[in-house]
Amino acid sequence: MSATSLPVRAGPTGPSFRQRIGKATPYLLLAPGILWLLIFFILPTFQMFLTSVSTGSLDNGFKLTFSGAAYVTSLTKFGPQFLNSLLYGGMATLLTFAIGFPVAYTIAFRGGRWKNFLLFIVIAPFFTSFLIRTISWKVLLLDDGPVLSFLRDTLHLLPPDASVIGTPIAVIAGITYNFLPFMILPLYVALEKIDPRLIEAANDLYASRAGAFRRVTIPLALPGIFAGTILTFIPALGDYVNATLLGGPQTQMIGNVIQSRFLLLGDYPVAAALSFILMAAILVAVSVYARALGTEQLTG
Amino acid sequence: MSEIDVRLVDVVKRFGDSNAVDHITLDVNDGEFFSLLGPSGCGKTTTLRMIGGFEQPTSGLIELQGQDVTWLPSYKRNVNTVFQSYALFPHLTIEENVAFGLRRRGVKDAEVKSRVTDMLRLVELPGFEKRKPNQISGGQAQRVALARALINRPAVLLLDEPLGALDLKLRKQMQVELKRIQREVGITFIYVTHDQEEAMTMSDRIAVMNRGKYEQLGNPESLYERPQTRFVAGFLGVSNLLAGTVDGTADGYALVKLADDTRLRIPAALADGNTQIEVGIRPEKVRMNTPTDAIPAAANQLDGTVTDVSYVGVSTQYIVDSKSGIPMTIYEQNIERTTNGSLYRQGDAVRLSWMPEHTFVVGSAPTTAPGD
Repeated sequence: MSATSLPVRAGPTGPSFRQRIGKATPYLLLAPGILWLLIFFILPTFQMFLTSVSTGSLDNGFKLTFSGAAYVTSLTKFGPQFLNSLLYGGMATLLTFAIGFPVAYTIAFRGGRWKNFLLFIVIAPFFTSFLIRTISWKVLLLDDGPVLSFLRDTLHLLPPDASVIGTPIAVIAGITYNFLPFMILPLYVALEKIDPRLIEAANDLYASRAGAFRRVTIPLALPGIFAGTILTFIPALGDYVNATLLGGPQTQMIGNVIQSRFLLLGDYPVAAALSFILMAAILVAVSVYARALGTEQLTG
Repeated sequence: MSEIDVRLVDVVKRFGDSNAVDHITLDVNDGEFFSLLGPSGCGKTTTLRMIGGFEQPTSGLIELQGQDVTWLPSYKRNVNTVFQSYALFPHLTIEENVAFGLRRRGVKDAEVKSRVTDMLRLVELPGFEKRKPNQISGGQAQRVALARALINRPAVLLLDEPLGALDLKLRKQMQVELKRIQREVGITFIYVTHDQEEAMTMSDRIAVMNRGKYEQLGNPESLYERPQTRFVAGFLGVSNLLAGTVDGTADGYALVKLADDTRLRIPAALADGNTQIEVGIRPEKVRMNTPTDAIPAAANQLDGTVTDVSYVGVSTQYIVDSKSGIPMTIYEQNIERTTNGSLYRQGDAVRLSWMPEHTFVVGSAPTTAPGD
């Protein structure tokens, strides 16, 4: 495995400048990315770790004491918020999958010449600010907003004092809406790659439509399902905008805590510790999840 | 043997406003190796897909062993398919691929195992059970596709250009092997191909298809020796076609007058009451003579000039511009002339001759354009 594509004869003076450049090409190509990661990810992460084991206050300054106090505080005081994050993120991921899979399937297999247009529609909301869209949801879900007044006053499906804003339902609905495209796009890519002849082959071998779906379509869509759920679940876990705008005091997620510790209370060590715990939890969850889906299927 | 396995009655398939399959009626016998042969777009694959249940005919009837299956979905038909691209399930091992059909039918585990082993032996891939489709070659994938279909012991096996993706040498080898396997399992094969040599090598009978219909149906020999249409004459092998007018009889032969007044003899039965006909002769049945050579009295003769010579080892191919203005292709086995060093050269005057019995006549009905 040589980096150069053509065999080159080394002259009496050794490899030429050209040859040396050729050998270095892969590293040169990787360099900007590695540099970027180093400066903007590895170093800040390290810095954050140091912060998480420091003590002090914003006024008196923080000192690196390698104290575990911030971690103890994080793990003992914020159980409900961690739980909310898991619950809302998990529910929203399930919902985006339930809504997104039929959409991706239809576009991939029945889209025909409308495929690109339909995909555009899926992405279209991104053209508006995330914040604006979430605030619009607030307007929609307010007690005298169109959704509730229709369900409550017109259809009488809900009791007169029904309210959604400030409840977990509103937060989950908001997260589901905001992350739906992150579910649909990877699912679409995976489903679109499936050769329709494989479905025919399954039918030919006595699998009904449902059987072919279960034994061929789903297993072949697994990489997309994995990517879609990860891309939805991880950002949803750390999200705080939906809980801030659509939720109430009881629907605080861990993102809200981190945000307030950092920006409002100036308690950097606890905010950093919380972030680290969240990151560790996500890493563990993702690896368990990948194992459960079968890593072999995911890679090849 | 004579029991009918597949019957198509007046089957039509419309796509948009054209008939991909145009009123086909066809019987395929039990245990037969039957080929649908034709150029791309002739409707052969659509016909196969309708038998497999992947397409529904616009009208007509499809019967499988006497049972009407026209509207039966593919998973309820006792038919299996070897797809053109093999369509092996990439997420399953070879063993799981081959066992797929048996598992769906709820066959017991032990029986599945032993049948998979037997089948992989039949296609000469023992020990491949645990591999994945991306770990085997094209030729091996082709065998797995065959095993996956045959293991279900279908009434009919459908093969959609299964050798199309293989290189020439492997293709030849697989042709022989397919024929062996077909004899061994005794299952009816319906084989779709655009390769006339492949169809001739393997088939008991061939339907030569063109524009949604078959133009002629018969065994390879009758199709080659007695093609009935211009299209069949041109699609199976090379033909020299000479247009002429039936003009009297002599010695029990019909006489055909060509444009330059040359008269050719053909068996009287072939004229069949027509006046304008095209006489066909295969290139290997024409003999090359010098203008002074003695020629049997009964033979047809045509003078001309050699315009092209291609030496291809086993034979030499000549193009001769005949006096009647029609270029003729002649294949001559390389026996004497090569050893004598007396191959004809470009510009040589020659006299072509052939026996009247070797001619065929294609209908003058303009069903197809030449070169189609």
